[in-house]
Amino acid sequence: MRAAAGDDGPEVDGKPIGRRTILGLIALAGAGVVGGKAVQDGLSKVLAPIELRDPTGLTGLIPNGNSFRFYSVTGAVPTKNAQTYRLAIDGMVTNTASYTLADLQAMPQTKLVRDFQCVTGWYVPQVHWSGVRLSTLLDRAAPTPGARAVRFRSFDGTYTESLSLEQARLDDVIVALQMLDGPITHNHGGPVRMYVAPMYGYKSTKWLSGIELTAKVEQGYWEDRGYPVDAFLDPARGHGA
Amino acid sequence: MTGTVRRFGKAARAVHWTVALLMIICIVTAAILYNGSLEVAIGHRHLVELIHVYSGFALPVPILLGAISAAYRLDLRRLNRFTPGDWRWLRSRERRDGSIKVGKFNAGQKLNAALSGGAIAALLGTGVIMYFPSLTRLSWRTGSTFVHDWFALAVGLLVLGHIAYALKDSEALRGMRTGRVSASWARAEHAAWADEVLEPPQDHEQEALS
Repeated sequence: MRAAAGDDGPEVDGKPIGRRTILGLIALAGAGVVGGKAVQDGLSKVLAPIELRDPTGLTGLIPNGNSFRFYSVTGAVPTKNAQTYRLAIDGMVTNTASYTLADLQAMPQTKLVRDFQCVTGWYVPQVHWSGVRLSTLLDRAAPTPGARAVRFRSFDGTYTESLSLEQARLDDVIVALQMLDGPITHNHGGPVRMYVAPMYGYKSTKWLSGIELTAKVEQGYWEDRGYPVDAFLDPARGHGA
Repeated sequence: MTGTVRRFGKAARAVHWTVALLMIICIVTAAILYNGSLEVAIGHRHLVELIHVYSGFALPVPILLGAISAAYRLDLRRLNRFTPGDWRWLRSRERRDGSIKVGKFNAGQKLNAALSGGAIAALLGTGVIMYFPSLTRLSWRTGSTFVHDWFALAVGLLVLGHIAYALKDSEALRGMRTGRVSASWARAEHAAWADEVLEPPQDHEQEALS
């Protein structure tokens, strides 16, 4: 207790509950940082089925961490459908191409059930994906000998991403036509987006409009803003690209 | 001095309104970042993210800078200390009838200050972890996102409640706007504080002066 009439004014009675509350909340937050992933996984198992059957949409207001957060880096993104959608394959290739949605649907489809993991921490466990292996499209395009990398363009007009040719040929890198057991919605980057399963989400370009073969890996949108070009979830797989 | 009494000094008001502005910017940008329909409609994620993150980084600065002022430090000390009367006030159904004499801050205001302060610290820490992914391992970033989400929801509710109470009591709002409140309001809502400042004992005289 301080003496009365000091420089700071009168004595104030009582216990320092305010300070204890603040320190308690900081401790709680610290515990949440370390153990929150486990809590959230448990919570999502309970909330996810309720959310699916909730006609009021109120559960959408509850922060269910294990759900998609929608990212768009430009203003309004045009909507494309089966009639207007085209996927261009160009750059250092022998056969350039412009595929329609029907063309892509007619190719062999690969199904994956894998997490979508954002670099900031949120993730969606065991998402159902389906689409054409990027390696299938690359084989048809026949890259020229100097081609070493693949660059993705988005019809949002701004977003770009890149993979080395070796990464692009991995079995779990697909040009996705379906996710969450249905056609990819506009907000999820549909009708066609990338899904690069072994890497952070920013590699999985939304609203995919072009795949260009290049001589070297070029930095993408978020990489220009600080994220690593090497985005493997498993650090042991990183090549320091 | 007739009829009114000084409630908040310049420092306290400057801190309050700066924090209010930064908090509202954080909440609006958070809504855009978090809500899928808003995000896709507004887009420009990087810009929105920068505004959100730097408003968040700036938020504790005025709270700490205010401590230059002795009057502000005294306000903080009053907010920090809970008396047995505060616990009775929180439990009482008749807490507003004045039978429990309330000091400069009632227990609800003290609780709001403590919860807001703790939540701001928690949001700042987890925000730093999310914004600089190379700082920590992935599972901690997932944990930080979890903590940030729930604290943000709690802070949103606190801020809404705070604004609702302020709008219900125009005199309380005037106190934070102009620094002064009517003596009658002080006697009705903060009787113990009114005793202190309206009939100042010798020791406390600088409190009553403005």
